[in-house]
Amino acid sequence: MIVTRAGFLTSVQDLGRTGFRQFGVSLSGALDSFALRVANLLVDNNEGAAGLEITFGGLQLHFQDKRIVAWCGGEFDVRVGPTELPAGHVCRVSAGDQLKFGRPKLGSRCWLAIFGGIDVALVLGSRSTDLRGNFGGFEDRVLRDGDVVPLSARPGSSTAATAISSWTAPHDWVSPARRDPILRFVRGFDWFRFSDVTVQRFTDHEFTVSTDSDRMGVRLTGPELRRIDNADLVSEAVAPGTVQVPPNGQPILLLGDCQTIGGYPKIAHVITVDLGIAAQVRAGDHVRFSEVSLADAHALLLERERALERFRIGLSLRGS
Amino acid sequence: MQITALGDSALIVRLRDQFEDAPEETLNEVLRAFQQLRSAAIPCVIEVAPAYTSVAVFFDPIAVAKASATPGEGFDWLTKRVRDAVGRAADRGRAVKTSSRIVEIPVCYDSEFALDIDRVAEHAKVSTPEVVDLHSAAQYRVSCIGFTPGFPFLSGMPKRLATPRRDVPRKEILAGSVGIGGPQTGIYPLRSPGGWNLIGRTPLKLFDPTKDPPALLRAGDRVRFRAIKRAEFDSLKR
Repeated sequence: MIVTRAGFLTSVQDLGRTGFRQFGVSLSGALDSFALRVANLLVDNNEGAAGLEITFGGLQLHFQDKRIVAWCGGEFDVRVGPTELPAGHVCRVSAGDQLKFGRPKLGSRCWLAIFGGIDVALVLGSRSTDLRGNFGGFEDRVLRDGDVVPLSARPGSSTAATAISSWTAPHDWVSPARRDPILRFVRGFDWFRFSDVTVQRFTDHEFTVSTDSDRMGVRLTGPELRRIDNADLVSEAVAPGTVQVPPNGQPILLLGDCQTIGGYPKIAHVITVDLGIAAQVRAGDHVRFSEVSLADAHALLLERERALERFRIGLSLRGS
Repeated sequence: MQITALGDSALIVRLRDQFEDAPEETLNEVLRAFQQLRSAAIPCVIEVAPAYTSVAVFFDPIAVAKASATPGEGFDWLTKRVRDAVGRAADRGRAVKTSSRIVEIPVCYDSEFALDIDRVAEHAKVSTPEVVDLHSAAQYRVSCIGFTPGFPFLSGMPKRLATPRRDVPRKEILAGSVGIGGPQTGIYPLRSPGGWNLIGRTPLKLFDPTKDPPALLRAGDRVRFRAIKRAEFDSLKR
């Protein structure tokens, strides 16, 4: 597969790199791992196959062989030749076909799964590109114009692909981008370090996404979140979803490329089922936070997983 | 010991509140809990990682929900397993061996690499060669790995070398740079931005993703710096 145009920021990602946090290695991976899993299921891949994370579009791919593709994410205009390919739909591409991603009308990222998966070497157990550490993925870096990206030569099960081509995934799954989204959170350990008035501000006011946001974190501006105490905090683990508050009082929502430890107070954690929504925000967007209990966070996740299981069974029945 | 949620897919086991009061004991306690949690091999746990005073446990919430008998009580089920594992560690505390590797790290303190050594010397009110002597004579311990892959935060630096971070961080620091940030010293394993005062550079690779383990150092290791000349730096670098 030839990258005719690499677009703004495109990288190879799978479900992330686990097991090396003790050595300071970030999770990396698709910022919306659920979207990648769904896209992979649609093209009959293993859920954890490596795909492309495309930020702000502009990507143009030239296929050298017959493949099946599907994508999930923001509201992008995606075309195979002149034909539109909506999110969550499966499409066959032939040798010589061009797949083009326009700029998103809403949201900022999408994930493309290609039958067979992207065939780059596993580095520390993952095919994800670590953009901070500059390793993994395709040649340890983001894609560039002219790259020839290897796809797995797995023998084609084109019968399954023909059968599932009429299947689409639920809208919420394939198009998670929202205008002025509400992100649900559970309280962080340092919640008590903020006054009642401050935590009220955190949940009552909207925050604006700042331009210096990236895969490490979404920087937010809004009412100042000032701590009551000034105890020196000892650095400890942070994770994608953690909302930390630096001394300037402007929160940062950490995403997949975040470092493994941090010393800023953790006011909240966006719940896993909403990380896909968080992965879509872009500069100027307004976000709000809404509290849920830990039990609810787990129940929501379990509910979504059960639905995905049904979807998976449905796909395999159609394919058989 | 306190166990609290770190979002819905991880939890933190806090062994102590402070690190600086008793770095050795705290680190030993953390490493004990870390090892105990690893050998407990609790189902649904994806990975365990130590920090200064705590150990983080990352888990698969779906697997936890399915593993616990009562719906909705998965987190409590896991917390209990974690508490049991670490509780046992406290009982048999001394029986658990913590890492005692000693790693020697050659460092060239030449001015070419020691961009901020004069600032450190001025702050410590000593000469530049004395900074090198003080820094390379001490014995250090890796209290934590973080910031970037393989970055060791080292405790044990002579107090007088403590120097505040630079007001404006550098946009790019080359791999192997040895720095001082407040009371700590550390080594930048990868080219990255950073605000620490640079006093030298090691030719060793501190992080190599093609190796397992990928990092030269791990929490608990003891570290010594050996001052080397530029020629040795070049030959080791090869």
